[in-house]
Amino acid sequence: MTADPAPGGTRLAHFVSDAPFNPYSVEAMSPEQERYYLASQWRMMWWKLRKHRLAVISGVVLLLMYDTILMSEFLAPYDLQTRHTSFIFAPPQAVHLFHDGRLVGPFVYGFDYHLNMENLRREYLPNHGQVQPLRFFCAGDTYSYLGLFEARFHLMCPAAGGTLFLLGTDRLGRDVLSRLIYGTRISLTVGLFGITISFLLGIVFGGISGYYGGWLDNLIQRFIEIIRSFPELPLWMALSAALPINWNPIMIYFGITIILGLLDWTGLARAVRSKLLALREEDFATAALLMGASPSRIIGRHLLPSFMSHLIASATLSVPSMILGETALSFLGLGLRPPITSWGVLLNEAQNINVVALYPWLMFPVVPVIVVVLAFNFLGDGLRDAADPYKN
Amino acid sequence: MLAYTVNRMLIMIPTLLAISVITFIIIQLPPGDYLSTYVAELQSQGEKVSAERIEFLREQYGFDRPLYEQYFVWLFGMLQGDFGYSFEYNLPVSAVVGDRLWLTVIVSFATVIFTWVVSFPIGVYSATHQYSAADYTLTLIGFLGLATPNFLLALVLLYFANVTFGTSIGGLMDPQFIDQPWTWGKLGSVLEHLWVPVIVIGTSGTAGMIRRLRANLLDELQKQYVTTGRAKGLPPFRLLVKYPLRMSLNPFIADIGNLLPQIVSGAAIVSVVLSLPTTGPMLLSALRSQDMYLAGSFLMFLALLTVIGVFFSDLLLAALDPRIRLQGGATR
Repeated sequence: MTADPAPGGTRLAHFVSDAPFNPYSVEAMSPEQERYYLASQWRMMWWKLRKHRLAVISGVVLLLMYDTILMSEFLAPYDLQTRHTSFIFAPPQAVHLFHDGRLVGPFVYGFDYHLNMENLRREYLPNHGQVQPLRFFCAGDTYSYLGLFEARFHLMCPAAGGTLFLLGTDRLGRDVLSRLIYGTRISLTVGLFGITISFLLGIVFGGISGYYGGWLDNLIQRFIEIIRSFPELPLWMALSAALPINWNPIMIYFGITIILGLLDWTGLARAVRSKLLALREEDFATAALLMGASPSRIIGRHLLPSFMSHLIASATLSVPSMILGETALSFLGLGLRPPITSWGVLLNEAQNINVVALYPWLMFPVVPVIVVVLAFNFLGDGLRDAADPYKN
Repeated sequence: MLAYTVNRMLIMIPTLLAISVITFIIIQLPPGDYLSTYVAELQSQGEKVSAERIEFLREQYGFDRPLYEQYFVWLFGMLQGDFGYSFEYNLPVSAVVGDRLWLTVIVSFATVIFTWVVSFPIGVYSATHQYSAADYTLTLIGFLGLATPNFLLALVLLYFANVTFGTSIGGLMDPQFIDQPWTWGKLGSVLEHLWVPVIVIGTSGTAGMIRRLRANLLDELQKQYVTTGRAKGLPPFRLLVKYPLRMSLNPFIADIGNLLPQIVSGAAIVSVVLSLPTTGPMLLSALRSQDMYLAGSFLMFLALLTVIGVFFSDLLLAALDPRIRLQGGATR
């Protein structure tokens, strides 16, 4: 280093920038980065989930199906119990647009019915003379919307004096499509109620087990192992056979959801426990403890939120097993009972091989079952990946 | 290993006791008992049932004793091979059950094997060809198997076998072997009929197995020793089989604990549809008619089947994986 210029000597000319200097400029972030770093955990999870295209599509499908629950009465062309005694086991009617090369708009052909005297089969043939145009936003069967008010307004109705069985009719001449739409309400909510119960049980038992540890933990873990070693379906069967026969269908419905939830919580409880075991050693948990927070507050306020996302993901993955469980129970006749109609109750009609051979449309309710189970699985997978937004 | 085995067996005893308590509670849950149903039925048919006879029956079946005593009678009876009395058939439970237990074991075991045999190559292929078209297709098929209620699959298969082969594939053996003692011919007939239920029940478990094997193998394939091996010039196939595949095989064994209850569940409903002479249909009818000892023995047996299956899977796992043997605990 050379010594400073002698006092009184001339200063060497050099450039000095007048611009204000920000010592943190190196650390400053571009707006994009800032958005990323300041984003909340949930926001980041949403960004990650958005990239999982299949999960998003599944989510939309599920959302739409759950929306139909709110307006089953409006969407269904007929009422749940409307019988068409002259159209028993009628096959699905196809929707056409053109009649004799001329655009009519959506319409169906009427049926010609005759009984085959040789094998006593009911035979329905489309009658090309009868053109029955569909009506939209029209007045049809009277229904009571959720028991609140009466209305006759439907999305679709058959032509006056005509029929509209897009998925055929069952052994009492009831429209399968309408029953399917009503069944969605029950089948989808069974899973939701069931998972709520299992979620609560899982958090409580897993929380106790993971937070306190010791003999309590041991006891709960042994108990979980025992429950898990029971095969689910036979146990479900036994429990639902134990529901009193004189209960009304609504109580049976809640009974079944409780039974479904009672056996399912073990997986969630284990997830809660293992997460808690890891998290309770963290500094923030100790800090909360030192400040005098009660255990329930530490678990509920500090520990649970940090792995809630994982819990939601695994809960999503166990909804389908409940829906399938309800379907199986109702199929066996041990689950929901008419007049409550779920997809399983509808499939109960498709119990023997004759149905497959003669009335295959009665098996259609299996399609929404498959769609919903797949959608829940894909959505759950996506959520599970998104639950840890800091990975990668 | 011996210490581990003994330890593991000792754990099974309290587990089974707890299971027996739960089973007993469940079969006691329905209001009333078989006797009151039976008496009501007789009365509705116009038969007179004297109070003495009711009392006699009640005493004979032990319904007059307190619940815990009934439980101990049931439990000690089971330990001596006496499973109680089936009210509906008027026979001891062991006579009613007959071959059903063994056939259930056979079906479950065959399904486990089927699940392994199918998911192993598919899982390996999916992992080594990640994100290929075949990977996606196979995964989708697996998911479809998971999502389809297998009772319906059974029904459809039943129909198509009838149409294409002209044979009935319901049941587990040709009619002439039913209720006959076991011979080679009967065993052969059972094996011939076995494939339909096995495929139908296996579909639901296979998807999960494929996904787990694929995920495990993918994890292993990214580890450094694989890179080292490749850098040193190991041929790809040898590289795959030598280490990563072995490492990712653990879930095959360890997962029996999850797979077996699932298979037993699936078998229960599929056997109702296919009218297999296994435990499923009889359990259903026993539950419906409140034939409590019969239902109880079936529940107990199904739970026992999974407990023993898990026991063997833990032993196998300990034999395969020294880490588990040394820690003295199974990981699931």
